[in-house]
Amino acid sequence: MSFVSRGFARRRREAPPGRLPPGQYDVGDGFPVLSAGPTPRTSLANWDFRVQGQVDEVRRWSWAEFQGLPRESISVDVHCVTSWSKFDTRWEGVSVDTLLADVVTAAEFAVAFSDGGYTANLPLADLTGGQAWVVDTYDGQPLEPEHGGPARLLVPHLYLWKSAKWVRGLVLTLDDEPGFWETFGYHNYGDPWREQRYAGD
Amino acid sequence: MAGTAIRRRLSWQRAEVLALHRETRRAWRLSLRPPDWSGHLPGQHVDVRLTAADGYTAQRSYSIASAPAEPGIELVVERLDDGEVSPYLTDVLREGDLLELRGPIGGYFVWPTATAGPVQLIAGGSGVAPFLSMLGHHRATGHPRPVRLLYSARTVDDVIGRAELEHQPATVKVHVTLTREVPAGWTGLTGRVDAALLAAHTVSPAQAPHLLVCGPTSFVETVASALMDLGHDPGRVKTERFGATGGP
Repeated sequence: MSFVSRGFARRRREAPPGRLPPGQYDVGDGFPVLSAGPTPRTSLANWDFRVQGQVDEVRRWSWAEFQGLPRESISVDVHCVTSWSKFDTRWEGVSVDTLLADVVTAAEFAVAFSDGGYTANLPLADLTGGQAWVVDTYDGQPLEPEHGGPARLLVPHLYLWKSAKWVRGLVLTLDDEPGFWETFGYHNYGDPWREQRYAGD
Repeated sequence: MAGTAIRRRLSWQRAEVLALHRETRRAWRLSLRPPDWSGHLPGQHVDVRLTAADGYTAQRSYSIASAPAEPGIELVVERLDDGEVSPYLTDVLREGDLLELRGPIGGYFVWPTATAGPVQLIAGGSGVAPFLSMLGHHRATGHPRPVRLLYSARTVDDVIGRAELEHQPATVKVHVTLTREVPAGWTGLTGRVDAALLAAHTVSPAQAPHLLVCGPTSFVETVASALMDLGHDPGRVKTERFGATGGP
């Protein structure tokens, strides 16, 4: 079954061992932008972050309250389903563990929702245990709107479409409910190391 | 929308290269015959995968430029000099070669069918590719809905699909604007797409058009923002972007 593209050879530099998932390439210093619609405009005065759905009580933080939460610095590799990966990206924000700390829930899933109507679904277990953050800073600077500012979700162990830009909250759910790209044929889970790009992968 | 069609597993297949045409200075058109193809929606793309003798693979996404009713599929490939996949497709690939691909992919940035109303397409550079598929589909179906394309190209020699853009039905209006060089006798638009050009040459918000914007990131960002300033509903603006270094 092995197929070779006649005359094709690698042109990009080799990535450090174990860093590049299958089918990905190292984009280097670039940081491509991909999104499905216009960049939303939300003033920080109107911004809040909510945890709702199957919860004992809805949690809500204004921008100022969110800024007062314990912060973490994160340096991670990120992987986009369109095949670029970017190494050692540096972010700052609040761990989802912090946001869910006192929440009583029977939920096993979550849907992240964003300004502009975007959603992404994830198992709750992938958002906890130091695996996910709501970040507002990239490379020491406020996160630019085209990269998801004022704040985006960061779940680096899954393809980047799960790291919802312009995130405004999480809906905790008992059942898994597909998000935006997941309803358009993209993989429900999106593990780059298993190359789960599209439904059925 | 076509939920069943895009839910089936996408398997890699080897398409025969039927033809390669240099379309402009930097863009080539590939005609391909995938052995197992159940059709596509105008606006969908394919993933192309190249495999080296040592097993190394590289894959990229390319929009389908041909209409669903045409046999096979056509892709438009812009040659990026420092790229890995596009120079292979434009310089090395030959008629009769096999090219691995899978698709069609994507059910979002597609021709709107659920509702009627005018459609406004806005393209920057090779971002016109999915719109060529949409216009071909529109022409083939003979639908009366009005369609407009505003297409920004560097020079007249960079206009992809020039011949077919000049032969559109009465329902379609095409505006090309040139941003770098303007030849003598050019009667089209000139200059970059900005709020003034959009206000003058695109469907107004009052007509509630579907808007599809495709091109490089900076182009899409500028256009989408200007469309919101003009009063278009952000929910009716769909975008597809090619990153500066992440695109095809």
